[in-house]
Amino acid sequence: MKIVVCIKQVPDSDKVTIDRTTNRLNRTGVPAIMNPFDENALEMALKLKDKHGAEVTVVTMGPPQAEQVIRDSIAVGADNGILISGREFGGADTWATGYTISLAIQKLGPVDLVLFGKQATDGDTAQVGPGIANNLDIPVLTYAKSVEVVDDKTFKVVRTTEDGYEEWEIQRPCALTVVKEAGELRLANLRLKMKAKKAEIPMWGVAELNPDPELIGLKGSPTRVTKVFAPPVKSNREVLQGTAAEQASQLIERLSARQLI
Amino acid sequence: MSTKEIWVFAEQRDGKMESVVYELLSKGTELAAKSGFTLAAVVLSENGAPFAQELFNYGAKKVYTLDAPQFAYYQNDYYSAAFCKAVRDLQPEITLFGATTIGRSFAPTVASILHTGLTADCTQLDFDTENGILLQTRPAFGGNIMATITCPNHRPQMSTVRANVFRKNRISDNETGEIVSLPVDLSGVPCRMKRLSEVREGGADVNLAEAKIIVSGGRGLGAPEKFDLIRELAKELGAGVGASRATVDAGWISHLHQVGQTGKTVCPKLYIAVGISGAIQHLAGMQSSDTIVAINKDGTAPIFEVADIGIVGDLNEVVPELIRQIKARKA
Repeated sequence: MKIVVCIKQVPDSDKVTIDRTTNRLNRTGVPAIMNPFDENALEMALKLKDKHGAEVTVVTMGPPQAEQVIRDSIAVGADNGILISGREFGGADTWATGYTISLAIQKLGPVDLVLFGKQATDGDTAQVGPGIANNLDIPVLTYAKSVEVVDDKTFKVVRTTEDGYEEWEIQRPCALTVVKEAGELRLANLRLKMKAKKAEIPMWGVAELNPDPELIGLKGSPTRVTKVFAPPVKSNREVLQGTAAEQASQLIERLSARQLI
Repeated sequence: MSTKEIWVFAEQRDGKMESVVYELLSKGTELAAKSGFTLAAVVLSENGAPFAQELFNYGAKKVYTLDAPQFAYYQNDYYSAAFCKAVRDLQPEITLFGATTIGRSFAPTVASILHTGLTADCTQLDFDTENGILLQTRPAFGGNIMATITCPNHRPQMSTVRANVFRKNRISDNETGEIVSLPVDLSGVPCRMKRLSEVREGGADVNLAEAKIIVSGGRGLGAPEKFDLIRELAKELGAGVGASRATVDAGWISHLHQVGQTGKTVCPKLYIAVGISGAIQHLAGMQSSDTIVAINKDGTAPIFEVADIGIVGDLNEVVPELIRQIKARKA
C-alpha cells in the first residue's frame, strides 16, 4: 500500500501571544511546528503501515525550513518525503495550493490513500484536502477518525459529525481528512531519528512539477486579501463586584437585559 | 430585475433544514437589496418542494429543487456533480454555505471543481456596490486578526458561515416565491462511496455548533465531578456543555464537548466560561460569541480580556448561586 500524508508547518498557536496595545500577534520567536491535525493524519498512516505494511510518503509545501516537518515525520516512521518549495508558489490561496500539491502527488505515481489533517491551525480553512481529492479525481471523506482495510478495492471509514459519527465504505484510492480522535502521534525513536537526520529530502519546484504558471502562487489564486485589521475591541466590558450572591444576581440582571435568558 | 442571483445552499440533514440556512437567507436578503441580485435557495434532497415555503418565509424569492434518491444523505460525489451542473447552467454571482461538517466538506469540492475562490467561516458579508463584489471578512490566526477577502475575477464568489453568526429574520408565514425544479442526471457519476450507518450520540448538550447558549468548564473546576455543576447550570439555561482542552485531555469529559482550535469552533449568543483561563487555543474557538461571561478566581486570566462580563470569584460559590437564582426566577 502506498500512502501520502500532506503536512503543513504552522506557527505553534500555544506559544503565540497577543500584543494588547497593537492587537497584533507576537510572532517573533514563535516556533514552527507540524500542524496538530496533520500529526493525527500521520498517525493514521503509521497505524495502517504497522498492520498491513505500507510506504508512507510525506508531502509539504512551504519555505525551505518546512523540510523540518518531513524529518520529524521520518523520525516517527514515515519512509520518505518531498518538499515543494519555490518563490513562484508564494501567495497561493487554497485553490492554488491544492493545484500545486496535486501535481506533486501525481508525480509520485499511483497511491492508495491520501491523508490530511482536518484543517491547519493557522488558516482553519479545511479546503485543501477536498480540493486535492477533486484534482486527483478520487473520492474524499472528511473528519475521519478511523480507517480499516476491507479488501484491495475498499476502505471502511468512520467519520465524525456535529453530534455523532457515520460509517462509510469508500473506494481505493481515496482521500481522507483526519480528526484528533484518530490518535496522538507516536514518539520518535532513536534509530529513526538518526535516519531522519541523514535523509535526503528532495525539493520540487516549478522545474520538477512543470505547473501551468497561470495557476500557481498569487497569480493562480482566485481570492485576494484586500484588508487586514484588528478585531473590534469590545466596549462596555465590566467586572461584577460583591459577594457570590450579589455577583450572580447582577449577572442574571445583565443577561436578562440583553434578552439572553 | 437583474437575472443575477445569490444562492444559499439549503442544507437538510435527514429531512430537517439546518437553522444556519435561514440565517444565510436573512443575510442574503440584505445582500440582495444592496446588489440588486435575486436571492435563491437550492435544496438537494429526495423531495425538495415541501421545504420551499419556509425558505420563502426567510426571504428566498426562488427555490431550486434538485431531487434524486441519491440525495437521501450527503454524498459528496453526487451532491457536487448536481450542484456544479446547476451553477454552470445558471451562473449565480454568489453562493453561500453553512460552515457545518457538510458545508465545510461540500463547498471546498465545489470551489475546486468550478475553479473559484472560497472563503471559510466568514463573520461578516457585505456587498461592494462600486466594484460589484462580495466582501468576505473572516478571523485569521485564531481570531486575533480579521481579514477581508474578495474573489474579483472568478464566479461564483463562495463563502461558508458558521451557525449563529447572522441573525434569522422570518418575514412572515406566507411569503411567496417561485419553485423551480431542476433536472438531475447522475447516470455518469460512479458510486465511489456509500454510507453504511449513522449514529447520533449524547443529548442535546452535545451539538455545540447550533447551541444558542454554551456553558463551558475548564481546569479551574478542579475535579471531573465538578462538571455536574456545569451541566446543571446548562440545563437551567437550556444550554450546550463545552469544555477546555485540558479537561478533555485529562479525561474529565468526552471530546465531543471540546471548544477551541483543536475542538469545535462555536459562536453562540451567550458563552459562559467557568474556570477557564483562556489559552489562545481556547479563545480561537469561542471569541466570536456574541456575549461572553467569564467566571474565574484569577482576575488576571486572559479569558477576562475577551469577556463582556467578568466575575472574579470562586466558581464553587458563584455557580450554585446562579443555579439557585435562575431556578427562583423561573418559579
